[in-house]
Amino acid sequence: MQKTADVVVIGGGSIGCATAYNLARSGFRRVVVLEKGYLCRGSTGRCAAGIRQQWGTEMNCLISRGSIKHFEVMNEMLEYEDDVEFRQNGYLMITYSEKEAAMLKNNLALQERLGIPVQFLSIDDVKEIAPAVNTERVVASTICMEDGQANPFKVTDAYARAARKLGVNIYTYTEVTGFRLEDGAVKAVLTNRGEISTPLVVNATGAYARLISEMLGHDLPVKPERHQIVVTEPLEPFLKPLVMNFFHKSYCQQVVNGSMLIGYGDPHEPEGINYSCSWQFIRELAEKIIEQFPIMKNVNVIRHWAGHYGISPDGQPVLGPVPGIEGYYLALGCGKGFMLSPMIGELVAQAVAGQETTLPIDILSIERFEKGELIVEPAVV
Amino acid sequence: MCDKTIICRCEDLTAEEIREWIARGYSGFEEIKRVSRIGMGACQGRTCRRHLLNELARAGGISPAEIDLSTFRPPTKPINFAAIAGVDQDAKNS
Repeated sequence: MQKTADVVVIGGGSIGCATAYNLARSGFRRVVVLEKGYLCRGSTGRCAAGIRQQWGTEMNCLISRGSIKHFEVMNEMLEYEDDVEFRQNGYLMITYSEKEAAMLKNNLALQERLGIPVQFLSIDDVKEIAPAVNTERVVASTICMEDGQANPFKVTDAYARAARKLGVNIYTYTEVTGFRLEDGAVKAVLTNRGEISTPLVVNATGAYARLISEMLGHDLPVKPERHQIVVTEPLEPFLKPLVMNFFHKSYCQQVVNGSMLIGYGDPHEPEGINYSCSWQFIRELAEKIIEQFPIMKNVNVIRHWAGHYGISPDGQPVLGPVPGIEGYYLALGCGKGFMLSPMIGELVAQAVAGQETTLPIDILSIERFEKGELIVEPAVV
Repeated sequence: MCDKTIICRCEDLTAEEIREWIARGYSGFEEIKRVSRIGMGACQGRTCRRHLLNELARAGGISPAEIDLSTFRPPTKPINFAAIAGVDQDAKNS
């Protein structure tokens, strides 16, 4: 392993690889990515692959809007020989309560102002767009047909391969064990395979971000939140949009190979990293799915797994430098890292390079939690 | 095993396709699974797992025993939502 670097990115998920690619493009010569397992072993590879712009805060809307523009041209932009499987089949948000309907209406006003093409739907519209959905209890619904899905493995792979072409070294199975700090500035990253001297470090470790911050004596209020997901046998295409149910707090979509991906996080989940999955969860999920999609009753589940959001107190990303630790940057999507990775990679690389950022990321600085300037995202599932 | 032999029946992958992924630099079981979908189908790798191990071992000049497997996950065999929830299944397709 190399002994020195200009910048070290910790985390080989979609954000880490996108950040490394953008750093190399902005002129850093020796960029390193450290991943403790294989690429996208953490949250990226376990997520439900959805990409949406229907958020309730301005920054979430703008970062997701920018990311969609990148996803639309990603194969060409990264000269990817394969396909990242980006499909704009829409995100259908449904609610069973007046309270959540009010939230959707508020969000719609913001989204319209920012130029995101979202529509309020009647029950008849829902029946037409997604005939498989049981609309009996639906109170309100919105859809954005620009939203959709991509393959998290392929997106990460596309960024990783493009980064390597620009000279980035990606070390897998390399775990960060600590740092060397001098006078409050980062000097080196310590790993199980040796030490790398570097003045700059980007923490892109999602649900593990707090543990990395701890090694630097920094208290980061980003906590792991376990979600569990099941995947079914492949079916003939029958459900175009991803269906997000605010009552069940669940997401369900048919992916490119025909399988259904369905999941949510248990609200009573104890905090912490836990990759096991439970029968209790799959039983509750089965009941919810049969209620929401009666025609899926006989569909077989083939696999069940768990992964984590790295959730922030206000549901918005945490980006940019950490005051008091020179050279330490955060690149955390906080529950939407995969879908925001193209823009987060770009914005954080700009911040590290000292360039003007495409969007004003100061608003998303870690400092907001100390100052109490939280802008709470209402549409988290 | 000849190039045209199908080694993953669920995802319809031949030995040749897997050898191509290996030649393109994807080295581990987990990596190849994620880019090719080998072992991600209904049988969850019952047949293809050992074939992929053999291909990786041959390409890397190591023993199959030295290669990390992907995680075994529930349910062990496919099971439908009605059975999981304990409600009646529809007569057909069950």
